[in-house]
Amino acid sequence: MKKEVFDEHHVLHELKHYLPTQTPLKDFIHHNSLHAFQQMKFYDAIFKASKIFGYQVTLPLVDFRNLYQIGRIDNEVLERVIEEKKGKGNLTIWKQHVINKNYDEHNAQRVGLLRANWKKIYQIELDNLIQPFLFRVLAGYLDQGVSIWDFPAGNMTFLESIKWIERESFTSFFKTAKAKKLLFQNDLTITDLLKIVVGKEEYFEQYLFDQQFSHRGWSGMVATLEARPDALLSPKTISLNDLIIFELLLEIDHLENELGRKWKPLCESITQEPIDLFKEVANTELHEVLKIWQDAFEWSYYDEVLAGIQQLSKSKQNPETSEPVSEVKSFQAMFCIDEREDSIRRHVEFIDKKSETWGSPGFFGVEFYFQAEHAKFYDKLCPAPVTPAYLIKEYDVSEKRNHDILYTNKTHQLISGFISAFTFGFWAGIRLVQNLFKPKMSPAISNAFAHMNEQGKLTIENKNINDRENGLQIGFTIEEMTTRVRGLLNGIGLKSDFAPLIYVVAHGSSSANNPHHGAHDCGACSGRPGSVNSRVFAFMANHVEVRKRLTESGINIPDKTQFVGALHDTAADEMEFYDLDVLNEVNAKSHLLHVETFERALDLNAKERSRRFASINTKEEIKKIRKAIKARSVSLFEPRPELGHGTNTLCVVGNRSITKGLFLDRRAFLNSYNYKLDPEGSF
Amino acid sequence: MEQLLQLFVFIPLLGFVLSLLFANRQEKLISGVAYTIVGLQLAGLSVFIVSWLLHGASILNLKHFVFYKEDTIEIFLDFYFDKSTAMFAFVGALITFLVLIFSKYYLHRDEGYKRFFNTVLLFFFGYNVAVFAGNFETLFIGWEFLGITSFLLIAFYRDRYLPVKNALKTISLYRLGDICLLLSLWMSHHLWHENITFLQLEDVGLVNSHINEHYGFALFTITMLVISATIKSAQFPFSSWLPRAMEGPTTSSAVFYGSLSVHLGVFLLLRTHSYWESVEVMKVGIIVIGAATTIIASLIANVQATVKTQIAYASIAQIGLMFIEVALGWHNLVLVHFAGNAFLRTYQLLVSPSVLGYLIHDQVFNYSPKKYDTKRTFAGKLRNTFYLLGIKEWNMDALLKKALWNPFKRVGKMFYFMSSNAALIVLSIVYIAGLVIFSFYETLPPQLDETLHLLFSLISMLLILIAFVERKNAIRAWGIIILSQFYCVLAIALLNDTYEYGEIALYASGLIIAAIVGSYALRKLLIAERHVSLDDFYGHIYHHPKLAFVFLLACFAFVSLPFTPSFIGIDLMFTHIDKEEYLLITMTTINFLVLELAVLRIYARLFLGPHKKQTHPIAYRSS
Repeated sequence: MKKEVFDEHHVLHELKHYLPTQTPLKDFIHHNSLHAFQQMKFYDAIFKASKIFGYQVTLPLVDFRNLYQIGRIDNEVLERVIEEKKGKGNLTIWKQHVINKNYDEHNAQRVGLLRANWKKIYQIELDNLIQPFLFRVLAGYLDQGVSIWDFPAGNMTFLESIKWIERESFTSFFKTAKAKKLLFQNDLTITDLLKIVVGKEEYFEQYLFDQQFSHRGWSGMVATLEARPDALLSPKTISLNDLIIFELLLEIDHLENELGRKWKPLCESITQEPIDLFKEVANTELHEVLKIWQDAFEWSYYDEVLAGIQQLSKSKQNPETSEPVSEVKSFQAMFCIDEREDSIRRHVEFIDKKSETWGSPGFFGVEFYFQAEHAKFYDKLCPAPVTPAYLIKEYDVSEKRNHDILYTNKTHQLISGFISAFTFGFWAGIRLVQNLFKPKMSPAISNAFAHMNEQGKLTIENKNINDRENGLQIGFTIEEMTTRVRGLLNGIGLKSDFAPLIYVVAHGSSSANNPHHGAHDCGACSGRPGSVNSRVFAFMANHVEVRKRLTESGINIPDKTQFVGALHDTAADEMEFYDLDVLNEVNAKSHLLHVETFERALDLNAKERSRRFASINTKEEIKKIRKAIKARSVSLFEPRPELGHGTNTLCVVGNRSITKGLFLDRRAFLNSYNYKLDPEGSF
Repeated sequence: MEQLLQLFVFIPLLGFVLSLLFANRQEKLISGVAYTIVGLQLAGLSVFIVSWLLHGASILNLKHFVFYKEDTIEIFLDFYFDKSTAMFAFVGALITFLVLIFSKYYLHRDEGYKRFFNTVLLFFFGYNVAVFAGNFETLFIGWEFLGITSFLLIAFYRDRYLPVKNALKTISLYRLGDICLLLSLWMSHHLWHENITFLQLEDVGLVNSHINEHYGFALFTITMLVISATIKSAQFPFSSWLPRAMEGPTTSSAVFYGSLSVHLGVFLLLRTHSYWESVEVMKVGIIVIGAATTIIASLIANVQATVKTQIAYASIAQIGLMFIEVALGWHNLVLVHFAGNAFLRTYQLLVSPSVLGYLIHDQVFNYSPKKYDTKRTFAGKLRNTFYLLGIKEWNMDALLKKALWNPFKRVGKMFYFMSSNAALIVLSIVYIAGLVIFSFYETLPPQLDETLHLLFSLISMLLILIAFVERKNAIRAWGIIILSQFYCVLAIALLNDTYEYGEIALYASGLIIAAIVGSYALRKLLIAERHVSLDDFYGHIYHHPKLAFVFLLACFAFVSLPFTPSFIGIDLMFTHIDKEEYLLITMTTINFLVLELAVLRIYARLFLGPHKKQTHPIAYRSS
C-alpha cells in the first residue's frame, strides 16, 4: 500500500494547532501564542518556535548587556548562573562569551522559505497582489456591523457565498477564466489546487504553512471561528479549508494574469529540497548565552524580592519593629489576584490596621453567563476555558442607554454625510474642544460601572430547576451556591475569624479610545468587569440556607457577618458597592467608616500610580492627582489610562502575612492560600 | 494690514525651527512649543479676521520677497487674503491646535515623538504658505512641502512594510499633482509674459480677453490646475491613495487626510475660480469629476469593513459635492461645507479606536439577525456587482498602476542596457562633448542644435526611467540620476540662447552639492553594510539614523525643495522652454515627475521598512 505523502486533513489540523488563537476583540483572552510548544521544556520550546516562525523570544543580546551595565543584572547572580550551568572551571570563558563575544544574531526563520521563490524566480510578489484584496473580502464576510452593506449571501458558508456573488453579479473576483472555472469545479480540494500551484506533494505542507503564516492573524481568527462560531454575535460559517481554497484560487488567478503561460508549478523551477519545518533545532552557543542572561536577569529580580520577604519576616519576629496583630478585625476584603490590586490592598491595610485583605481569582468561584436587561446576548463571566451551565439575568433596570450618532456609520452616506457636515460637524468640533480641556464620561467610553446596573436586580437563586433558557439553568440552587462559597473560602483559607463586614471587590477598567480595553478588565471574567460576580458571591454568602449548610461542613460564619459586593475601577480609581440595603444597622454604620478607608486608599493608590504617568505631576496635592487619574480614564487622547499587565512579574501563592506591608510595586499576582488547612492538597 | 499677512506664514516656520532644538525625551518642551506657536497663530488669526471683517473684508495682497529678477522674469513671494483664505487658515489653525494637544498625550513615549511634532509643524507651515499664497509660485512652494511632509508622516512607522510602501504610493500621486501645477505655472508664464498673481486673475475683463486670445493654451493651463486639485482631494480616479495614506499615527491622519490636506484641492479651485469660470467646458468637467466621485466613493464607503477607510471614502464623497458647489459658484456654501466636513471627519478619525467598543455594546442590545436576500433578481445582481466593485475600489489602484506607472517602468526596463558600465562611460563622454559643443554655441548650425537638444533631453529622460527600475545597486542608480539631471540642464541650455550661465549655475549649484552629499552617504552605507541593493526594503535607518537623515536632505535638495537655490533654478529652467516645444516639455516633465520618485525610492528601500537584520523585534509585513 502506498502511503500518502500529503494528508490534507492532518496538515489542516497541524495548522490550526500552530496558528495563534485569535478571537475577535469582543471577548478578551490572554493568550499564549506559543501554546503549541507548551509540552516542551521552556528554553527548547521558545528557541524552536523562534527558529520555525521567526518569533522574538528573548530580549536582544545588547539589551541584556545594557541591563548588566546599569546593574539590573547582578554580577554575583550572573556568575552563579554560569557556574550552575557550565561548571566552576568554565566561569571565565563563559563570562567572556556572555559579556563580550560577538554573535550573529540574525534568525533565519524556516517558515516562508519555499514561497519566497515566486519572487526570486518570477519577480512576482504574490502577497502584495493578493493580501489587500483577500483581507477586504474576509473582513467584509465576517463584518459584524461596521460596514453599511452586508456581504451578499452572508448567511451561506464563506466559499458558497463567494460562488453566489461570482454567479450573481456582472463582475468577478478573478481576472482569468481559469480561476473562475476552478471555483465551480465539483468537490474542489486543497490538494487539487496545490497540484496546480506547487506540483509535488512533498512540498505541500511547507507551502501551506508558508502561505498561512504570511497572515497568521487572519488565519488564526478563521481557525478559531471555525472551532467556536459563537465567538461572533452575528453568525458566520467559515473554515480554514475555505480560506485556503480561496487564497489558492487567487494565487492561480494572479500567476495566470501576470505571467500567462510562462509559469510552471513552483517545485518544477526550484532546486531547493522540501524541508521539515518541525525538525529539531540545533542548540547553539548563542542560545546558551541567552539562557544564561535570561536566568541571571530573572534571578537578579527574584533575589531582591526574596530579600524583601526575608527582611519582612525578620522584622515581624522582632517585637520592637513588628506591629501587634489585632484580634478584632474591622473588616475583611477579598480582591482579585491581579497585580493591579497589590497596591490598593497594601494601602487599605496600612490605613486600617485592623483590616485584612485576601486574594482570589476575580470571578470569585462563581461561573455563569450574564444577560444585562434588554441585551440580546449573554456575556460569559468566568475564565475562558470554563463553560458555565448557569445564566444570571438582570431585571428592573430603569436607566436607558445613550446613543451617539458620531460613532456609527450613519454619517457616512451621501445625503446623511451632507447634512451631518452642516450640523454634527460643528458639534463634533465643540465636543473635541470639550473633551480635550474637560474630559467626562460619554456613551462611547467603555465604562466599567456600566457593565451592570447598580439599581438592577439579578436572578441569582434558582428555585425551580426547570427554569432554563437555551440549555442554561437560570440561577444557582442552594446546594450549588454552598459548593461555590465553600470552595472559595477553603481555597483562600478563610474559615474562621470572620470580621463583621467582608467586602468582595471585583475589578474592571474604564478607558476611552482603546479597542483593546478588554485587556484591562478582569481576565478571570473573560475580559470583563467582575461586578456581577462579586454581587452574586456576596448574595450567596449572605444566604441563610447557605450559611446553614456551610456550618454543617465546618465553616461557621457568625450571623452578624455580612458580605458586600463591590467593584474597583482600576483605571479611574473609583469604587462602587452593591446591595447595601441588606446590611444590618451596625454594619451599615461601620460601612460608612470603611468607605472612608477605601477612599483614602484610592487616593494613595492614585498617587502611587501617578509616578508612572508623564501627564500627571506626582508631587501635586493628592486630591488633584486623584482627579487627574479619573480624567485620564475618560480622555480620548489617552489610549493607556492604565498600564494593564505590562508590569506583572511574580505570582505569590500563600498566606498574606508573607507579603503584608511589602512594596511589590504592583508587579505581583497574590493568591491567598493556607497550606495548613489543606494537608491533602485538595483545594 | 497687508504687512501682517507674512506673520501667519512666519509664525509656523518659527515653530518648526524651534521644535528642532529639543531632544526626543523633552516631550513637554516639544509639544509645548508646538501648541503654543499654533495657539498663537490661532489667536492672532482670530483677531486679524475680526478686524478685517470690520474693515470691510476687502481682498488683501502683499508682494513680498523677490527671489530673482531679470527683464521678463520675476519670481517673488506673494501673499493674499480673502474669505477663502480666512476660512481655510482659521479651520486649519484650530484643527491643528486641537490635534497637537491631543497628540501631546497620545504619542507619549513614542520613539518618533519629536519627529512627529517637527513634521506636523512643517506641514502646518506648508499649509499656510499654500493658503496665503498670492501667486502660483508661492502656492507651489506650499504644495511641495505638503507632499514631502505627507510622505514623512505616512511612513512615520518607518520600520514597517506597509506604511513605507503606501507612503511611496501617495507621494507618487502627489508628485503628479505637483508637476501638473508646475506645468500650469510654466504655461501661464508664457501666456501672461509675467508671473501672474491671483489678484490680477480677479480682473474679469483681463482674464476673458486673455482666454479668448489663447483658448487652447489657457485650456491646457486650467486642465493642469484641475488635475492637480483632483489628485490633492482624492477625487475620481485618484481616490485610492487616501485610505492607504492612513498608515501614520491616528492624529496625523486626522489632520491630513480627514480635514486639511484633502480639502486643498477644493481650495485650489476656489482660488483660481475666476480663471476657469468663464470656460464652460471646464465647469462641466469639474462637475462631472465631482459627481462621479460622489457616487462612486459613496458606493465604496458602503462596503468598507474598516472604520477609517469608511470615513475616508465618506469624506471623499463630500468633497466631490464641494467640487460641484464650487463649479456652480456657491462659494459661501462650499466654505461652510468644508469647515463642517473637516471637523466631523477629524473627530471621527480621532475617536475611531472607540467605535469598535461602542458598536459591540450596541450590537449586544440592539441586534436583530440580518436578513439575506438570496432571490435571483436583476436588482440583486446589480447590488452584488456594486458590492464587489466597492471591495475592489473600482480597480482604481490597479488602473493607475497600469496606466500611469507601468509604461514608465517598461521603458526603463527596455533601455536598461544603458546602465552598464560601458554605456555609462560612453554617455559621460558624450556629455563632455555636449559641453564642448555648448561652449562653441555661436558657431553651430541651428539644425544640429535642434536635434541635439532633443537627443540630450531624451537621454536624460531614459536615464531617469532606468534609475527608477534599477534593483541592484543604489550607488549606480544615484549616479544615473545625477547624469540624467546634467543632461537635462544641457538640453535646455542648448536650445535657448537666453539661458544664462548664471541661471544654469543657480540650478547646478544645488544639484552638485546634493549629488556629492548623497554619494557620500551611500558610500558610507556601503562600507558599513557591504552592499546597497534596492531589491527590497532594508531598514538601515535602524543602525544609521544620521546617515539616513543626511541622505534624505540630499534627496530633498535634489528634487529642488524650496531650501536650495535649485528651486529657483528649476523655475527658470522651465521658463526657458517655449510653449511650442511639445517634445521637450513632455520629456522634461516626465523627467521631473520620475526624479522625485526615483530618489525617494532609493531612500525608502535602503533606509526604511523592516530591518533586514532580524536581531530585534520587527512588525509583521501585513501590519
